[in-house]
Amino acid sequence: MSISVSSTPFRRSLRSKLQALRDVPVGSWFLGAALAVLLEWYIGPALAYALGLGQIPAIFGLSLILKKPWLIPSVLLYLVLIYGLPLAVMARLSAGLIRRLEARLSTGVYVGLHLVLLFFLLWAWSSADDYRLLVIRLLAINILATMSLNIVNGWMGEFSVSVAGFMAVGAYVSSVLMVWGFVNDDVFGPPVFPPQLAPMAFPIVLVIAGAVTAFSALAVAIPSFRTRGDYLAIITLAYVFIVRSFFENMEFIGGPRGFMNQPEVAGFPMVFFWTVFGIWVMRNYVTSILGKATNAVRDNESAAEMMTINTRAVKITAFLTHAFWAGVAGGLYAHVIGYINPATFDIRRSAEILGMLYLGGLNSITGSLLGPVLFMFLSEVLRPFQLLKWLVIPVILIYAMIRRPRGLMGFQELRIPFLERRRIAREEEKLHGAAGD
Amino acid sequence: MALLEIEGLTHWFGGLRAVYNFHTRIEPGEIRGLIGPNGAGKTTIFNLVTGYYRPTEGRIVFLGRDITGKRPNEIGKLGISRTFQNLRLWTHLTALENIMLAYYGQIRYGLIGAFFNTRRRQEEEARIEVEAMDLMRMLEIETYAHRVVSGLPYGIQRKVEIARALATKPKLLLLDEPTAGMSPAEMLETMEFIQFVRERFNLTIWLIEHRMKFVMNLCNWIQVLNFGEVIAEGPPDVIRDHPDVVRAYLGEMVEI
Repeated sequence: MSISVSSTPFRRSLRSKLQALRDVPVGSWFLGAALAVLLEWYIGPALAYALGLGQIPAIFGLSLILKKPWLIPSVLLYLVLIYGLPLAVMARLSAGLIRRLEARLSTGVYVGLHLVLLFFLLWAWSSADDYRLLVIRLLAINILATMSLNIVNGWMGEFSVSVAGFMAVGAYVSSVLMVWGFVNDDVFGPPVFPPQLAPMAFPIVLVIAGAVTAFSALAVAIPSFRTRGDYLAIITLAYVFIVRSFFENMEFIGGPRGFMNQPEVAGFPMVFFWTVFGIWVMRNYVTSILGKATNAVRDNESAAEMMTINTRAVKITAFLTHAFWAGVAGGLYAHVIGYINPATFDIRRSAEILGMLYLGGLNSITGSLLGPVLFMFLSEVLRPFQLLKWLVIPVILIYAMIRRPRGLMGFQELRIPFLERRRIAREEEKLHGAAGD
Repeated sequence: MALLEIEGLTHWFGGLRAVYNFHTRIEPGEIRGLIGPNGAGKTTIFNLVTGYYRPTEGRIVFLGRDITGKRPNEIGKLGISRTFQNLRLWTHLTALENIMLAYYGQIRYGLIGAFFNTRRRQEEEARIEVEAMDLMRMLEIETYAHRVVSGLPYGIQRKVEIARALATKPKLLLLDEPTAGMSPAEMLETMEFIQFVRERFNLTIWLIEHRMKFVMNLCNWIQVLNFGEVIAEGPPDVIRDHPDVVRAYLGEMVEI
């Protein structure tokens, strides 16, 4: 009792502080982050050296802390100086200016501008360190895969575990096409097309890889969507194993030894573009009546049927959309790492993506972003624990499941104040328009 | 031409005969009642007409077209819609979303439109939203448009379900126990509401009911079902005093 009474004013002040933070426009945070990236670029290495960190801490120095706890003060100092200070200063100073500026922008320009800013920010931040560049690309790929899985497991309420299998098909198809087309390889011989064209052809190859994946998914979709329940889980599980054995037995592409020599075409810009594009397309889908019908199938299938919804078509479309984008994610993965083997895409990868999905939240685009970010952050930070990491992460997942059974952002979206204001304005305009008639 | 014509409809669930040799002819503009004790096969007939089950025998003709064995979404598109005995709303969605989704069969943009948010899709969905809001306004539930349906009062949920059924633009509306779980006052209100909807949307209504008073006041023709067979039919006055109906509902007098 005394605790709850004494905690109320504290909570209230915390909430008002959080509200104040929410009122800072996104643009200000981006400016602060830009300043931080610049600072790190110019004085980061020197500061890190002076503080005894050796080099700039890759992922906010957290894994460094776990390895060498006595460096905690130095890491904290580094974080405050390089990240905290610029963010705080910019949030405070530029908020008014940014707010006035963004009032003049149309919604489309606002979103486009922020995406461009985000792109350059992430690119600049990750370019400071090779490890960061790798992690951020893998993160983008995981986001793509998680979002696609969310369509089936979240929006449609089924349980599919075949995401690793889809990634494998996408990875192998795109790798074979790229190596055959653009690389002088032992197996496929000299390139068919001039290798300089590889970056241009890669998007087309990714679309083909996605389409082939979607086609292979039909084999799962047709039998398993005649009924509901556990069948899809079982069949998709089988799919993962079948795909793995299939590639293990394809000796001409390396069999279990794997397949490499992929051209370097998946730099940060390529991966970022495909992730944003994929999220955009999937967002459009799940907000359309055609795509939202997945919600109707989930909540009550028989009612959906009577209300003229072609449930079979809805289920297959949703599943193939998932397969397509998971295939694209797999294709990107193969070219980011530059080497794949069948074991890369075993059931554990599915479990990882499922973990990201259920941590982030079902039926939520924000959740599909947040889950992979948190999950990968944890898994990179806890890397020094090595195998123990896989004891710690599940415990964290279970705790999250107990506290928020629908995932952190399940059935909700992050509301950006600017866009929210615009939406309300539109609604009101519509209302007045209707009243005026 | 009759709106709906059913001939010799029989349905078996394994060894159980749920409906036997059911005949009917519903003319446009009717309010038709289907009554009978629990387990008489009333809902089974609705499920057969709307395509959830394929009848063992018999023919269902709607507007001159044989719809026997068609899938519910096809039948829905042709102009039959229904509500369910226990509400079957899409519980995670708002009232407006529930109604907008029922326009699924009427949308003309394809997957390209859905994936790339084309102008055509935007226009069409804007139009559907306006129509759905109009529908809600007519049924006086527009204030609940943006609320998730699972949190709405029961009576409102019933209305949302009827609005959803109307959104598919039906000619024949099947109501499966529209007053289930209602108080007598609410029942009277529902009766007026059904009359209003029928006139406003130029509908033919076929309803299943338990409460005698409700059907007697509302329907122009009533069929009584017991053990899957029609035991009586006719206007309300005839049905009220029909000895077979009384027996089916109250049981038989037995000499002790």
